[in-house]
Amino acid sequence: MTPLAGYLLVAALVFAIGLAGALTRRNAILVLIGIELMLNAANLNLVAFWRYSPHPEALTGMMFAVFSIAVAAAEAAVGLGLVISIYRHARTTDLDELNRMKG
Amino acid sequence: MSEMVNGFPILSLLTALPILGAIIALVSGKHARGVAMITALASLAVSLVVWYRVPDNGFIGLVERHAWAPSLGIEYQLGVDALGALMLVLSAIVTLMAIDASHRVHRQPGLYFGLVLFLEAGLFGTFTALNFYHWFLYWELSLIPAFFLIKLWGGPKRGSAATYFFVYTLAGSVGLLLAFLAVFLSTGSMDFHHLSLLASTGELEQMVTAHLGPHVMIWLAIGALAGFAVKVPLMPFHTWLPAAYAEAPSPVTMLLTGAMSKMGVYGLLRIAMPLFSHEIAEMRTPLLVLAVITVVMGAWASAAQKDLKRLFAYSSVNHLGYCQLGIFALAIPATGAAMQASQAAALNGVILQMFNHGITAAALFWFISMLQQRSDGLRGIDDFGGLRKPAPVFAGLMGFALFSSLGLPGLNGFVGEFLIFRGVFPLSWVAGTISVLGILITAVVILTVIQKVFAGPVPERWAAFHDLHASERISMAPVIGLMILIGLVPELITDSVNPTVVNLLAHWRF
Amino acid sequence: MQEAIQFTPYAVASWIGKILWLIPALPIVAAGVIALLKQPRRRLASSLAIGSLAISFLLALAGFGDVLAGWATGHAVRETVNFTWIEIGGGNLDLGWVLDPLSAVMLVMVTFVGLLIFIYSVGYMAHDENFTRFFCFLSLFAGAMLGVVISNSLLLLFMCWEIVGLTSYLLIGFWYQKPSAAAAAKKAFVTTRVGDIFFLLGIVWLFAQTGTLLFYNSGSGNLEPNALGGLLAAPAALGLSAATAIGLLIFAGAAGKSGQLPLHVWLPDAMEGPTPVSALIHAATMVAAGVYLIARVYPLMAAGLQPGGTTVALSVVTWVGATTAVFAALIAVAQNDIKRILAYSTVSQLGYMMAGLGLGGVAVGMFHLITHAFFKALLFMGAGSVIHGCHDEQDVRRMGGLRKFMPVTFATYAVGMLALTGFPIFFSGFWSKDAILESAHAWNASHGPYYLLVFGAVLTAFYMTRQVSYVFFGEYRGHGHAHESPRVMTMPLAILAFFAIALGVLGTPAWPWFRSFLNNQAAAIEFGKFGEGEFLALLLTSSVIVALGYGIGWSLYGNKSPRADEPDALERAMPPVWRALSNRLYVDEFYGVTVIAFYHWWARVADWFDRRVWGGIVAAVTWFFGLWARFNRFLDNEWVNGGFDKGCEELAAGGGILSRVESGRVQSYLRLLALGVVVLAAILIWSSAR
Repeated sequence: MTPLAGYLLVAALVFAIGLAGALTRRNAILVLIGIELMLNAANLNLVAFWRYSPHPEALTGMMFAVFSIAVAAAEAAVGLGLVISIYRHARTTDLDELNRMKG
Repeated sequence: MSEMVNGFPILSLLTALPILGAIIALVSGKHARGVAMITALASLAVSLVVWYRVPDNGFIGLVERHAWAPSLGIEYQLGVDALGALMLVLSAIVTLMAIDASHRVHRQPGLYFGLVLFLEAGLFGTFTALNFYHWFLYWELSLIPAFFLIKLWGGPKRGSAATYFFVYTLAGSVGLLLAFLAVFLSTGSMDFHHLSLLASTGELEQMVTAHLGPHVMIWLAIGALAGFAVKVPLMPFHTWLPAAYAEAPSPVTMLLTGAMSKMGVYGLLRIAMPLFSHEIAEMRTPLLVLAVITVVMGAWASAAQKDLKRLFAYSSVNHLGYCQLGIFALAIPATGAAMQASQAAALNGVILQMFNHGITAAALFWFISMLQQRSDGLRGIDDFGGLRKPAPVFAGLMGFALFSSLGLPGLNGFVGEFLIFRGVFPLSWVAGTISVLGILITAVVILTVIQKVFAGPVPERWAAFHDLHASERISMAPVIGLMILIGLVPELITDSVNPTVVNLLAHWRF
Repeated sequence: MQEAIQFTPYAVASWIGKILWLIPALPIVAAGVIALLKQPRRRLASSLAIGSLAISFLLALAGFGDVLAGWATGHAVRETVNFTWIEIGGGNLDLGWVLDPLSAVMLVMVTFVGLLIFIYSVGYMAHDENFTRFFCFLSLFAGAMLGVVISNSLLLLFMCWEIVGLTSYLLIGFWYQKPSAAAAAKKAFVTTRVGDIFFLLGIVWLFAQTGTLLFYNSGSGNLEPNALGGLLAAPAALGLSAATAIGLLIFAGAAGKSGQLPLHVWLPDAMEGPTPVSALIHAATMVAAGVYLIARVYPLMAAGLQPGGTTVALSVVTWVGATTAVFAALIAVAQNDIKRILAYSTVSQLGYMMAGLGLGGVAVGMFHLITHAFFKALLFMGAGSVIHGCHDEQDVRRMGGLRKFMPVTFATYAVGMLALTGFPIFFSGFWSKDAILESAHAWNASHGPYYLLVFGAVLTAFYMTRQVSYVFFGEYRGHGHAHESPRVMTMPLAILAFFAIALGVLGTPAWPWFRSFLNNQAAAIEFGKFGEGEFLALLLTSSVIVALGYGIGWSLYGNKSPRADEPDALERAMPPVWRALSNRLYVDEFYGVTVIAFYHWWARVADWFDRRVWGGIVAAVTWFFGLWARFNRFLDNEWVNGGFDKGCEELAAGGGILSRVESGRVQSYLRLLALGVVVLAAILIWSSAR
């Protein structure tokens, strides 16, 4: 078992935990946390693939990860803002009750 | 086929001219009549050029051929012999007369004159096409303007008359179309000239028999005849005619009887006889019976009419009956030079009669149109009386047309009828003898018209009936002149037509 | 019987032969010019008509002189000029003209009588508003009639024949505002056309048999032995030869034009026209055209004639002629209209001419034609003068005693009457009628025609005596004052009267010049013929006949003046006979209930047939298609549309099910997304594993 496989396994585990959280939790904030977990799992993968790639001297994976973290931060901020405004509007953050997009 | 393939495309030009004029007329509103008049005059000039450039050996000349859809046997192919050229001249003259008679079209003149010119284009196309595909296209296309002209500008019962006319002729065309599809399936060709050569050697029949089975040929002949019999018409396929002629505005009636009815006779000569001459010869007796019925009953039915337009409609049936009598009578194998001479005389007579009847009938309806204009649309035979007194020139000029229709020697009507009888009598003396009755009855009918309309005391209401004024006299004088000219010097036409007749007869295998 | 005419070989056309066409062409051109003149140009119109006909007359005289010169030297002239009119197929339609004794005599007669009547018309029609049109028609008539005369082709003859019919129609209906005139004009045209359609059939048959319509064409014409032999040999129906059948068809045409039984009905009605027209067209020339036609085609009618025998065609001509002669003379007895009496007299005399042709050949018939033309034109113009003088009165019962008021008219009329009745020796009518009676007497086939013609002669003398007594003797019973006519009218009367007497000289047995001329024999003067028993017997018979007629007539009508409302002398004697005769033996009524009724009935049948039967079939077909259309609509509404609607509903329902997926819950969307990713991954893994 290579060291890369270990990293990837960890990342897959984190992704699975995040996905499970995002799909099963009813609270919008917890769903957001799940999404953040999945993003971080992806970042872990990026760094790991970069570190074990043929050209680790170029900082491509690092740059991807840094960008992704910045975007995730922005996304978390927007997401939390949305959740707060939904809460103000609907007095709940329970996703099962927020079905106005029903077709 | 002539050597003049694809010279200057004068025939395409001739057909394009009225279409162009029609488009201009459509948008020129009040000036449409002037546009139409100029177009018709130009068409007449071009058609006269065609008449003078037709080869004098009786073959088809001025040919234009262009590949169109070769895999389907479709080719754009134009050409005329003297028969076609004569019909072109006739169509041009009749259209000009019809436009001249259309004085008072207040409602949508642009559309009216546009349709008239489209009709002229359809006529030109039909008389020049040598490939069934676009021949049939023109044949059907000419119906559409006629339909709308009747439907929009006709008399009180115009709706049903127009529908009747359209559906009836279309139904006739179905037989024609099916017959031609069968011929095409068997031969892969729609070229009239090629097909007539095949038919003259008997190959056509073999091919049809090989492809579609025995005894099919006769049904194809019946199908083709049906299309033409409706158009000409042959009794009993004529019932659309009195209504259509009576309800159509008189100028349109001029076109219907003067030119469109000739499409049917032309089709008989250009398509039915060359392709199915043998089958027509087999059906000669029943066809002759129908032709004789058309001649005699047509004349007699006109004697019972009170409406002048209906009266002359039936009279037209009678006159075109002579054409069909001549065509069907000559469908018999010639056994000697004398018989060939009779056939040639009959066919010459038929073609002369087509032209003469076109001119005369158009002139008669022109006069009826004038009569209606001066009497708020009255046209009953008993509505008038003594008109010769207030309108002597009207009576005199119409007298020429009436006596031409009666077949008076010295006017055009006589020559064709005489040649037809001269040809028919030796070929079928029974048919000839019975049909002579038609001449007598027509004479009675026409003299009755003169007696009731022009003779007798003048009723109060017609005392101020206006005579033809100068412009009307000038427009009618050339037509009357033509009647006298052809009556005295028929060689003007027969010189060119006779070689065509000989050439046609040589290719028909009875 | 007449001997076969022998003509020497064809003379090359002389100058007059070449320009013979001018004789008919000049009046026709004059007619065309007059037609374009305005109504007030009266003088110009009449001068043109008279001038052109005068030139034609001079040309006709030149032609006559040409023929005469040839005859005098023993070479009968028959000049023909033929040309092709239309070329058709292998055969041509040829026209041409011929100058021979027959056409020369006829040309001179027509132009001369025509000229006199033209001049007379200037006076007679002076006050008519349509004076120029009258001369236009008259000129056209003269041209067409002369065309008939010079034709060397049956076709050209037929064409001119029809135009003559047209002018006759136009002139009978000249006063078209009178309904009776318009009706008479139509009747004339239609009745002659009945004959003409047979004529037309004869022409096309002849053409079919011989391939030409020329009479004489250097041996290949119809009337030359080659063609006649072929026609005789060709069989037609009923055991007749084609020559006979064609001859009879042509005779039907001649019967129509010349008013022979049973087509005579139009001629008396034709008196509705102006009197000069009656004189020119319906007495002297046009009605004689039928006789001329038979004379022209005599070789055809007489094909196969044996000396002393007859042919079927000639017997028919004879019998029809003789019957007509008596029939019309009988009717003339009981007419009161001065012109109608003369009209029936004309029909009767035309019967004599026809019988003369059938019995004695061309010369006998033609001689009577020529003499009759003069004295009948004289009588008609005299009648016109009388009508004019009595203020347009035509009823003889309202005339009387006119010999005192109109001496010139009376004298000339008397000459005409004596000539017509055949007063012995001094009048032309005697000689021409005697020739006919003589031939009838000598006819071997039957004596019937002879007795008929003799009876006709008695009747002729009787009705003319009656007419003259009514008109010129007794007291004047009309209105106003009768007066003599102007000189422009009486001068032609005098000239005609002279010829009504003088022409007899040409046809006496002692010097049968006319017969010799037409038959191309030398004419010798043999006064001895007057002394022969045969001639004396005939002279006696004729005298008795005429005297009988005069005697009965004078005893019944002489110098008595019955008023118009009194019954006629004959009516008192034999009421039923009078009634039948004055009703023209009910021929018109008979036609009215047969032919004309049938015509109208059959016209209605044809119309009914058209509307109901043919129209009915079309209506039935239309109805069937209408039914079919309804059926189709039913199919459309119930099956096709119903099925479609059902399908749409199903589709909508299916949409409802699918739309449940769209729950609006973000997590369910995410779930699907995740599922999709898993599936994609599985596919990727699976495919890369392969």
